[in-house]
Amino acid sequence: MSRLSEVLAAGRFAVTAEIGPPKHADARKVRELARLLAPCTDAQNLTDNQTAVVRLCSLAAAVHVREAGGEPVLQLTCRDRNRIALQSDLLGAASLGIENVLCLTGDHQKFGNHPQAKGVFDLDSVQLLAMARGMGEGRFLNGEEIKAPPRLFPGAAENPFAGPSAAFRAARLAKKARAGARFIQTQVVYDLAGFQAFMAAVRQLGNPVPVLAGVTPPKSARALKYMQGIPGFRVSEEALRRMEGASDPKEEGIRLAVELIRQLREVPGVAGVHIMAIGWEEAVPRIVEESGLMPRPEIQETDGIGGAA
Amino acid sequence: MIVAQAKPFPELAQMLQDARRVLVAGCGGCVAVCQAGGEQEARILAEAIRLWAGEQGRPMEARAVVVPRQCEPEWAQSLGPAMDEADVVVSLGCGVGVGFLAEVRPGMRVLPGLNTSFGGGTVSPGVFEERCRMCGDCVLGRTGGICPVARCAKNLWNGPCGGSADGRCEVDPQVSCAWHQIAQRLTARGETGFLEEIAPPKDWSTAGDGGPRRIVREDLAS
Amino acid sequence: MTRSEPLLVAFCCYWCAYAAADLAGGMRLSYPPNVRVVEVPCSGRVEPELILRALNEGADGVMVAGCLEGDCHYQRGNLRARRRVERLRRLLEELGVEPERVEMFNLSAAMGPRFAQIVAEMTERLRGLPPRKFQAVEEAGA
Repeated sequence: MSRLSEVLAAGRFAVTAEIGPPKHADARKVRELARLLAPCTDAQNLTDNQTAVVRLCSLAAAVHVREAGGEPVLQLTCRDRNRIALQSDLLGAASLGIENVLCLTGDHQKFGNHPQAKGVFDLDSVQLLAMARGMGEGRFLNGEEIKAPPRLFPGAAENPFAGPSAAFRAARLAKKARAGARFIQTQVVYDLAGFQAFMAAVRQLGNPVPVLAGVTPPKSARALKYMQGIPGFRVSEEALRRMEGASDPKEEGIRLAVELIRQLREVPGVAGVHIMAIGWEEAVPRIVEESGLMPRPEIQETDGIGGAA
Repeated sequence: MIVAQAKPFPELAQMLQDARRVLVAGCGGCVAVCQAGGEQEARILAEAIRLWAGEQGRPMEARAVVVPRQCEPEWAQSLGPAMDEADVVVSLGCGVGVGFLAEVRPGMRVLPGLNTSFGGGTVSPGVFEERCRMCGDCVLGRTGGICPVARCAKNLWNGPCGGSADGRCEVDPQVSCAWHQIAQRLTARGETGFLEEIAPPKDWSTAGDGGPRRIVREDLAS
Repeated sequence: MTRSEPLLVAFCCYWCAYAAADLAGGMRLSYPPNVRVVEVPCSGRVEPELILRALNEGADGVMVAGCLEGDCHYQRGNLRARRRVERLRRLLEELGVEPERVEMFNLSAAMGPRFAQIVAEMTERLRGLPPRKFQAVEEAGA
């Protein structure tokens, strides 16, 4: 069983972090970050060509993380792979002992560094989840049997702040849970009130899946303003004001993240936090420590290489 | 209709370098409606080619003709004699028209004067929007008449994605989020069933991914 | 054949610019004689093809003259004409023809002196441009 699944199953407040693979073939930094983050987080996400910028592949990066003692969450997008490649990658990941898979539709290629690329989008994230679950149960998408089914722990993302409404986003989260998501990572939360409204809607649907709230420590007021400009992001005026007035913005950013995590812990239905430090991973151990989330729970290591036993 | 727009002239000029007698063939179908390749556009292009060639110091003949639809073999064939008097043909039909004219005289160079853009319509004068990607398996009956294939940047079947904000698509704020519209329309109709169910993966084999498509109607066949 | 003066074709709207041209003549205003005035029912009638054809047939420049904005007898003809001329100027650039050879003006029927001034200005502008290459070809062929 994956460590992340056990932490969640045990009802412990989970902490995950994000590692963006490099835009080159040297993975030393990935291993370094895995060593930095493994002691203070339960799992580490490897982004899949995030914002459609070409990077070292998430599956290879996940292997590096695993070898460095981490617990990878493989991000897998539908943007660059059709159903054949997706199933193949899921089998490959499981064969390497990687169970946590975050099933994403993926950022549109228009935002990346190859906007001329043909987007695949054969499946969407919900269909990918359903396919991953089916594969875990021993069926390919076409219904054919898988002799040694992959052991997978599929997760998904949800944006509490996207349209049309918080209720609709909650319903979509529930849909992802029905499709096979065993955990949800949310978009970055700064707007606590908006997030609470979303979680209230999630609770109304019976809390169908553990929710890890997204947290990003802002490095500067400028970084926050930049995020504000991205569709689907919502930055609170208060956070912006605090960052603008701070004499030491980095310290203030860490304080803000710690306060947010403490507040998010109090929101019913929140099962953990997912810290996306985007290029500032060094801050994560301190944030986790100061949020009162250390030490991380001990989980019995179980052998997980290969298919289901 | 098939919506198209003129290729940038320099691209066409590149292809016309060695021409001496150019036939510009307009089409009276879709491309005339979207004012990209009808009779008027054909005449303008013929004048433009003459002007350009003259400025280059090597005059060319350029003549405009038009047929009601280049995608009908009979109409395409009717251009044969005019084509014989030219050494290069610029078709202002959609890609279908270009292909049909090229079949009329396989030995001749038939150049596309347009970029065939999409299946769409006029939403206001001078503004054309895509509405259909001709995927061969219409789902509009379930999606409130709004197509997730043609109008969602990520072809989602279980949308909207996390980039939908204020009813706009993250890819282009000028574009409405199709799934936002689908959700609103179906909710207003009280038909939320499709939104709640997990839409299964689409069969793309009818969408051109299964190879070039062909329809045979026995009742119409000769 | 050599031309001492550039040839300017003026497409003039019946309701304003044509009357202005008439008025300029009536007032005995002197303006360059190299202009050929073509009466059109509205500047909106001037399709890009007409302008291109004028240039192909030997004009050095073309002016389209319509009513003052807001005064079009057909509501928006002059506004459409202006947009078409702007689009055509971009095409001219791609064709290797100086876009300033073509210009849209707005006049009222009372603006005889302004008409004379525009013709003089356009003529001056065309004199300043290098001769059209197609003329050189014609001359070489003659």
